Amino acid sequence: MNDNKDKTHAIDMSALGRSDAGLSLDNEEIAIRVDSLTLFYGDKQALNGVDMKIPKNRVTAFIGPSGCGKSTLLRCFNRMNDLIDSCRVEGEVSIDGENIYGKAVDVVDLRRRVGMVFQKPNPFPKSIYENVAYGLRLQGIKDRRVLDEVIEHSLKGAALWDEVKDRLNDSGMGLSGGQQQRLVIARAIAVEPHVLLLDEPASALDPISTLKLEELIYELKEKYTIVIVTHNMQQAARVSDYTAFMFMGDQVEFSDTDTLFTNPREKRTEDYITGRYG
Amino acid sequence: MENMNIGHHISRQFNEELEDVRNQVLIMGGLVEQQVIDAVKSLVEGDSRLAQEVIENDRKVNGLEVAIDEECTQILARRQPAASDLRLVIAVIKTITDLERIGDQAEKIARMGLHLNEMERPKGQYYEVRSLGERVAKMLHQTLDSFARMDVDAAIKVSQQDDIIDHEYDGILRKMVTFMMEDPRSIKRSLDVIWSVRALERVGDHSQNICEYVIYLVKGKDIRHTEYMRKAVKD
Repeated sequence: MNDNKDKTHAIDMSALGRSDAGLSLDNEEIAIRVDSLTLFYGDKQALNGVDMKIPKNRVTAFIGPSGCGKSTLLRCFNRMNDLIDSCRVEGEVSIDGENIYGKAVDVVDLRRRVGMVFQKPNPFPKSIYENVAYGLRLQGIKDRRVLDEVIEHSLKGAALWDEVKDRLNDSGMGLSGGQQQRLVIARAIAVEPHVLLLDEPASALDPISTLKLEELIYELKEKYTIVIVTHNMQQAARVSDYTAFMFMGDQVEFSDTDTLFTNPREKRTEDYITGRYG
Repeated sequence: MENMNIGHHISRQFNEELEDVRNQVLIMGGLVEQQVIDAVKSLVEGDSRLAQEVIENDRKVNGLEVAIDEECTQILARRQPAASDLRLVIAVIKTITDLERIGDQAEKIARMGLHLNEMERPKGQYYEVRSLGERVAKMLHQTLDSFARMDVDAAIKVSQQDDIIDHEYDGILRKMVTFMMEDPRSIKRSLDVIWSVRALERVGDHSQNICEYVIYLVKGKDIRHTEYMRKAVKD
């Protein structure tokens, strides 16, 4: 459409100060690369050869009906599925260029690099301070000055500092649900991961806490690659840059979020996001 | 994504809301179409009563615009529609704006008709207004048809008629300028005729806009200000 001779009919968006809106995977640095990933729970196949590229410093959302494999896929990214005996994985997941299912991979170090936050906030029955310090202590860091600094930094990063700075020694269990979820995020980012996996992080939170969490996600993507699983489609539309729609173990569609929610390619995506039965 | 069935939502209520809003657009379209036909008729036939009726009816058009707008706002707020549902609501909001403007043009023509009735009728009996009016009304009818059937091919085809309308409008304009130069006493009347055919020409433009919304609705492509239509016709 730019090649027409009649310039009066061409669109010029230069007044907006940008050449072309819209994200494209082609212009992204890839943080996580999934190659023909197949996963079985016993005899039951949960993922059918998923290929996916997840861009760095972006928020990627997985949506789909219950049992479609979105949480399973998310758990593959820090090998949480290893904890399930009957689980068998084929294919590759590369994070920062390294196949995390390779033999030489240190799973503990992997989980430091790939942090995870779950549906229900799970603070340890310890003080707020010790909750955030936990991962650092595991790494053998004892210097109080270093700990103080990282804890303040992490709590600020999780947008919780102002609410708890005067009671760092109180129990983490005494916080509200939304605060607990942000505490868990602070704990996750204290060990400086590269990737943050969020599995339904807001489903147990009230709307205001949810919005705070979403605001936090927006800020966190500057530093981390974020992958979020959510049942709330509006939430996926609000927070994510890219969205993957999964169905029965298949990745049906992966697009920038703007496109997926206004003009999806696949009929199955359309039916799901508009609330139609397919 | 050419999957334009409004129904089949899990929420039957939502089906009904979308169906309802779409039907109201078609009702508004029908009313506006009749307004254009009546306005032209009142002018050509010198029927002042009909002209008054058109002017009066424009308030109904305005009322429909406000009501449909309100319903669309409700759907956006309560349902947060996505994909084709979202595009339907957006296309409806835009379409009714153009329909309301068409209504205004019809009212304008009716007022010109009242004005012209106070003057001596010309020999030609305003046949140029009648001919352009028929063409424009036909285009509007086919536009609304393509909207009702969500038919992209029809929308592309109909939108091309705007070129013919523009061409015919230019011809009338030239003729009126000639009249005015030949006989300065005809200036007043010629100007009113010019305003009227200008209004008809604008109706063609608004119809073309609606054709573009039909394509946005069905294809998800915003083709405004592009060569999409022309290229589509060539193919």
